[in-house]
Amino acid sequence: MKKSVFLGALTVAGLAAGVAAAGTQDDVKARGKLNCGVTTGLVGFAAPDANGVWQGFDVSVCRAVAAAVLGDANAVEFVPTTGKTRFTALASGEIDMLARNTTWTFSRDVDLKFEFVGINYYDGQGFMVPKALGVSSAKELDGATVCIQTGTTTELNLADFFRKNNISYEPVPVETNAEGQQQYLAGACDTYTTDASGLAATRAAFENPADHVILPEIVSKEPLGPLVRHGDNEWADTVRWTLNALIAAEELGVTSANVGEMSMEAGSSPEVNRLLGTEGNLGEMLGLDADWAKKAIMAGGNYGELFEKNIGENTPIGLARGLNAQWTDGGLLYTPPFR
Amino acid sequence: MTALTDPPKESFRLSMLINDTRYRSLTFQAIALLVLISAVAYLASNLMANLAAAGLNISYDFLGDPAGYDINQTLIGYTSQSAHLQAAWVGILNTLLVAFLACITATILGVFAGVMRLSNNWLVRKLMSGYVEIFRNIPVLIWILIIYAIMTVSLPAPNAFRGDSPESTMLLDSFAFTNRGIYIPSPIWGAGSIVVVLTFVASIIGVFAYRRYAKKLLFSTGKLLPMGWPSLAILFVPTILMFFIMGQPITLDYPELKGFNFRGGLKIGAPLIALWVALSVYTGAFIAENVRAGILAVSKGQTEAAAALGLRPGRIMNLVVLPQALRVIIPPLISQYLNITKNSSLAIAVGYADITATLGGITLNQTGRAIECVLLLMLFYLVISLGISAIMNTYNNAVKLKER
Repeated sequence: MKKSVFLGALTVAGLAAGVAAAGTQDDVKARGKLNCGVTTGLVGFAAPDANGVWQGFDVSVCRAVAAAVLGDANAVEFVPTTGKTRFTALASGEIDMLARNTTWTFSRDVDLKFEFVGINYYDGQGFMVPKALGVSSAKELDGATVCIQTGTTTELNLADFFRKNNISYEPVPVETNAEGQQQYLAGACDTYTTDASGLAATRAAFENPADHVILPEIVSKEPLGPLVRHGDNEWADTVRWTLNALIAAEELGVTSANVGEMSMEAGSSPEVNRLLGTEGNLGEMLGLDADWAKKAIMAGGNYGELFEKNIGENTPIGLARGLNAQWTDGGLLYTPPFR
Repeated sequence: MTALTDPPKESFRLSMLINDTRYRSLTFQAIALLVLISAVAYLASNLMANLAAAGLNISYDFLGDPAGYDINQTLIGYTSQSAHLQAAWVGILNTLLVAFLACITATILGVFAGVMRLSNNWLVRKLMSGYVEIFRNIPVLIWILIIYAIMTVSLPAPNAFRGDSPESTMLLDSFAFTNRGIYIPSPIWGAGSIVVVLTFVASIIGVFAYRRYAKKLLFSTGKLLPMGWPSLAILFVPTILMFFIMGQPITLDYPELKGFNFRGGLKIGAPLIALWVALSVYTGAFIAENVRAGILAVSKGQTEAAAALGLRPGRIMNLVVLPQALRVIIPPLISQYLNITKNSSLAIAVGYADITATLGGITLNQTGRAIECVLLLMLFYLVISLGISAIMNTYNNAVKLKER
């Protein structure tokens, strides 16, 4: 490990540092803090609030993992990453996990040697245009100037979409969502494209959100989820099952309000018992306390609560559950059983 | 009879490597080299071991894969299906373009400001020192962002040109200043245009030949031929004549508002302008100081002697002072050109597709090949910097004071 740190400081990418360390979970416990990579600021998903406290849907995943592993939802060091820096930050060991609107793709999973532990938001790429432009479909965007965050899958989808429809466009590469928003509002580009959830979140921050429309076309599948480094399976399991616990909790009717009571003693539902640690030894298998899932749920609530609180229909972002509803409600959320 | 013989050759002993001054420096250099080599080898093997442990390897195969992304300014053919290598070439040419443009404008600006800073006119002198001090002491990235922000905020969007009574109109119906860039008419090369171009190239050579001849005449006979207007005449008259003889083969393509943007004509994108202007004014301030130092290095007596001969101030500067100042100006000027080239890597801040943005940005990010891309980037900048340095040093040797 010493060798790796020395290298990490000296090589430009420092790609390999930390890889040699076997147990990220042990490192996190020893450090007493989880280093979690998030966006540099996307309201609803990850952004500091007025008090400088990070809030949002992705942030909640970090907090849940920190609560499960360390017992403290606030023991998180949030590391803002851009589309460009996120993978290097994870690969070099600067962060323990990345929860940052990152699309699960083949090459990232296989070639970049990362491990996507699940999907916390099923998304797709959309386009936002000013209403005054009078555009009603993305296919009418021939010749348009498009603001696009560089180094993202959306950048590649954008090229594919315009090529497929045989129309032209001019990209204006931007580094962060804030920069894209600024360029779009200044009229430096006709349309801004990113994940539809990101567009909704961006639009919510506008002065006059009603002046902008999100076009109906969704041009790609963007399964967004947290990821960790390849090869540390214990740590991957911890993050994966923490996310699953949040989703399962909603399915099983465990909320932040009733989790305390339900975990007092074994109830009538065996799966809830196993999840909350009143029965079986799932926590021990992960190398965590028996009530790890309870702590994760207490951190902010189950998946549904997090959704409603951060990005749901009653927030300025106003996203419908849609694909992100439980499988029992016709959505795609489906966790493997806790047994 | 005695024969003179060489003193007996002292045999070499190992301790002489340390004790003998003839060998000592070599010993230490060899040790330093060995230490350096082993340090680099250690780092490299460590890198390889760690990469292998992570299941990664060093491979440049990705350069042949389709890039998949589009670039907004390309000097050569490029589509999203072109290879990453082609994207890298696009970036290299964009880097060279902005560096070349900025070197020229920075030099002009710098020489002007440097000379003006020594002006006897109080206002001009103070204005120029204000320029130098303000621009030199604020980081270039800030200047790039400021100029880009001014452009995007103050200039109208293309849709301001739309409608029956638009908010903005094109200058002379052919120039459009928008927040996405400046659209200007571009030439269409018709049949026979090659003759016109060749004529123009020949004219440029002609101008140099004329000036050389005039200089020679001046030195040999003391007769001063006019330089200004004959140069201009040689430069333009034959070309214009040829243009009409060939039946006006070169026409202009005017930009026109179509759909979302202007189409046709030539677009000089806002990122290029912001980067170009920022690098020029920033480095121009440094060059101004170099020029000022160079001029101050020429003894005042030279100026006074030239003035005593009756030369006008402009001539004194051009014929007496600047030629001598050049030997002081050029070496630091080389560094400034290198700085411009290297600072152009800040292009990504405004979305200009230079090599750092394409190969070192999007390609790196899409392929995840950080080490490979960064090594290539380093190689590129090294080659370019050494190239500029070599060219400028050749020029320096040509103009420096010849000692006979």
